[in-house]
Amino acid sequence: MNLLWLQAGGCGGCSMSLLCADTPDWHGQLRAADIELLWHPSLSLASGAEVLELLQRCADGRQPLDALCIEGALLRGPHGTGRFHVLAGTGVPMIDWVRRLAARARHVLAVGSCAAWGGVTAAGENPTDACGLQYEDERPGGLLGAEFRSASGLPVINIAGCPTHPNWVLDTLAALAADSLAAADLDALARPRFYADQLVHHGCTRNEYYEFKASAVKPSDLGCLMEHMGCKGTQVHADCNIRLWNGEGSCTRGGYACIACTEPGFQEPGHAFAQTPKVAGIPIGLPTDMPKAWFIALAALSKSATPKRVRDNAEADHLLQKPALRRTRLK
Amino acid sequence: MSRLIVGPFNRVEGDLEVTLDVADGAVRAAHVNAPMYRGFEQILHGKLAHDALVFVPRICGICSVSQSVAGARALADLAGVRPPPNGQHAINLMLATENLADHLTHFYAFFMPDFCRPVYADRPWHGEARRRYLPEHGVQTRQALAARQRAFTLLGTLGGKWPHTQSIEPGGSTRAIDAAERVRLRAKLREWRAFLEQQLFADTLERVSGLDSLAGLWRWHAAQPEAGDLRFFLTLARDTGLAGLGLGPGRCLSYGTYPQPDGTLALPAGVWQQQPGGAQVLALQPEAISEDASRSWLESGPAGAEGAAVALHPWSGLTRPAPDKADAYTWNKAPRWAGQVVETGALARQLVAGQPLVCEAVALHGCSVLTRVLARALELAQVLPLMERWLQAIQPGEAFCVPAPLPDAGRGMGLTEAARGSLGHWVVVQQGRIANYQIVAPTSWNFAPRDAAGVPGALEQALVGAPVRAGEDTPVAVQHVVRSFDPCMVCTVH
Ligand code: SF4
Ligand code: SF4
Repeated sequence: MNLLWLQAGGCGGCSMSLLCADTPDWHGQLRAADIELLWHPSLSLASGAEVLELLQRCADGRQPLDALCIEGALLRGPHGTGRFHVLAGTGVPMIDWVRRLAARARHVLAVGSCAAWGGVTAAGENPTDACGLQYEDERPGGLLGAEFRSASGLPVINIAGCPTHPNWVLDTLAALAADSLAAADLDALARPRFYADQLVHHGCTRNEYYEFKASAVKPSDLGCLMEHMGCKGTQVHADCNIRLWNGEGSCTRGGYACIACTEPGFQEPGHAFAQTPKVAGIPIGLPTDMPKAWFIALAALSKSATPKRVRDNAEADHLLQKPALRRTRLK
Repeated sequence: MSRLIVGPFNRVEGDLEVTLDVADGAVRAAHVNAPMYRGFEQILHGKLAHDALVFVPRICGICSVSQSVAGARALADLAGVRPPPNGQHAINLMLATENLADHLTHFYAFFMPDFCRPVYADRPWHGEARRRYLPEHGVQTRQALAARQRAFTLLGTLGGKWPHTQSIEPGGSTRAIDAAERVRLRAKLREWRAFLEQQLFADTLERVSGLDSLAGLWRWHAAQPEAGDLRFFLTLARDTGLAGLGLGPGRCLSYGTYPQPDGTLALPAGVWQQQPGGAQVLALQPEAISEDASRSWLESGPAGAEGAAVALHPWSGLTRPAPDKADAYTWNKAPRWAGQVVETGALARQLVAGQPLVCEAVALHGCSVLTRVLARALELAQVLPLMERWLQAIQPGEAFCVPAPLPDAGRGMGLTEAARGSLGHWVVVQQGRIANYQIVAPTSWNFAPRDAAGVPGALEQALVGAPVRAGEDTPVAVQHVVRSFDPCMVCTVH
């Protein structure tokens, strides 16, 4: 499977993240998955005229294109002209290149939340009229339109995340190369289900604190980040605490809230990112699949049962109390 | 005179187009265009001050920690707080990890592949260059990507993830390190040291950072010219004339970085400039910084006495797109220091610090492709041992982060050094919300357009004189010069 990668209105972070894939031989890994890089802006020798020639051949169908990866939001402004991002050396807006190439590609992939939904580039007043390939936040449409299907029949595959995890990208590409990714493997927002059918909360090291609602109150505290610090991990689709980042990390392990970077519209939550919005002391964003009454009842009960160890450690940046030594019942 | 438009310019971060006027086999004039605009300064307008820490790392995926550090420092300045020693060490470790990993990425993945190009097929070293650095197959490039991946596992522990780490707060780091983790991190630093000592230098870091004269450098090279990638680069540089290629403006700026608990900076701040009779380092004056938008697709500031728009200090900087502006050719503004063009980057840091080998090389050759690459290599050798010291200085059990409540009104400045040079954030807050946020990125300095007086930016100057061979549409010498700055275009235009 050959692969062409272009960067639109983003920060390049999804490419940089991709190079952090856990492997002693990055290019070898691609080859092992039968993926051939036609061109990537950070990794290829060809520059200038050689690249233009390649793009032209892909756009008019002389060079078959199996996978088109777009990183970064599509900048439609000003006034629909696309001039906020003109592909260097071509005088042609990136959105026009993307439309032409997408029409030829067997698969089209939105790498990262900018390409999927618009992401951070579309935040605030959205000065560049940025959108995703097939979504604008959670609204279907985007640059290519809700009806778009690539030659394979699939919609744009949204490997959302800000940045996206290297293995979300590599596993998706490898599955496509092996012809083993079908429509049923995508969730309702066209994200690969192998990571989007998980919640960030799963596997979080703060789960014991969560159980007892023993909460962090300031940055660097060990407690659960949901009650006060803005964590949306109980509602966010991603496997960050199971498939770790950069060896052993995740947002919550790094001491800060999950801000829902895989979800459309995450850039404008309508509240301070690092504070949990509450009504009458109850967080607005309750765990997925949990009725509010149950949550309130359980939270009250578990708070009353919180062990001193858990309560004390929750508001410190290192363990103040260790678990008691008890004889187990093992014989 | 003929005109060449070069782009897409790859193996730089982000989008770049360079227009060259060519005559008699050399570049006569260059115009540098950053052809993408995202509008972060507009996006930040009206946001809650602390929320800036979610947005600013996302300005850039290659120097996102630098952006976080500048943002957190601007908010710390606003709040009047300073991180405790553990927080400072942890943040310095994160920043240094990113900066040094960037140097690796730049050298192996961005810069050296140019020597694999067919135009060098007749050089005796060409086969070896391809064996080492050909993208996708080069043995050294592949090993360097692996070393980079391992290096970033430091950030998995210290900051949760990279890029877009959010552990950097005005009051310190949200991720405390315990004693066992400190030992593991030390093992990772040793692994990184081993890569540098075995592959890049074929020598100890201490011997490399101790090189203090050109004669000493070339003796070191001659003893084993094939050993290690830095010596191999020196061989190529001598053969292709990189010492005299790509001369910058002869004035270099560094904000200094890696603050220590005693209030000093591990790498000092200042402005180095070439003078008749020797070089001089001036004190950095942040109030002397301004941005000129006369050739940018952005509204210029108010007109001054002579009718021309004045360059604005970032405190009062303006960012409003003007895509139809006549005579404009880039989305980048032209930052100036005391009205003058400066170059920034590892070379500037070494010159301001007075590293003797770099000072001598620049005195002889000027700020050039050779000296820029050399300065980065020396910085790798110099900073990794500092990281080992900072890690050792962390005291498990003591605070990593102190409270830093932000006032409802005020302003703050955050200066730091990214791999590719000086990065500054200026924030003005009213009623808890951002009234103005201005970012001056390293490549904004280096790849600046002409200003109101018509003076070209640093790269525009450095490209003049670059040779263009017959038939070249993407001249290889131009590629060496551009990449020698390690540009980051997404930061430039933010
Ligand atoms: S910090 Fe977030 S992800 Fe972790 S347990 Fe609490 S709510 Fe769940
Ligand atoms: S933990 Fe949440 S914010 Fe962090 S990377 Fe995962 S989905 Fe994104």
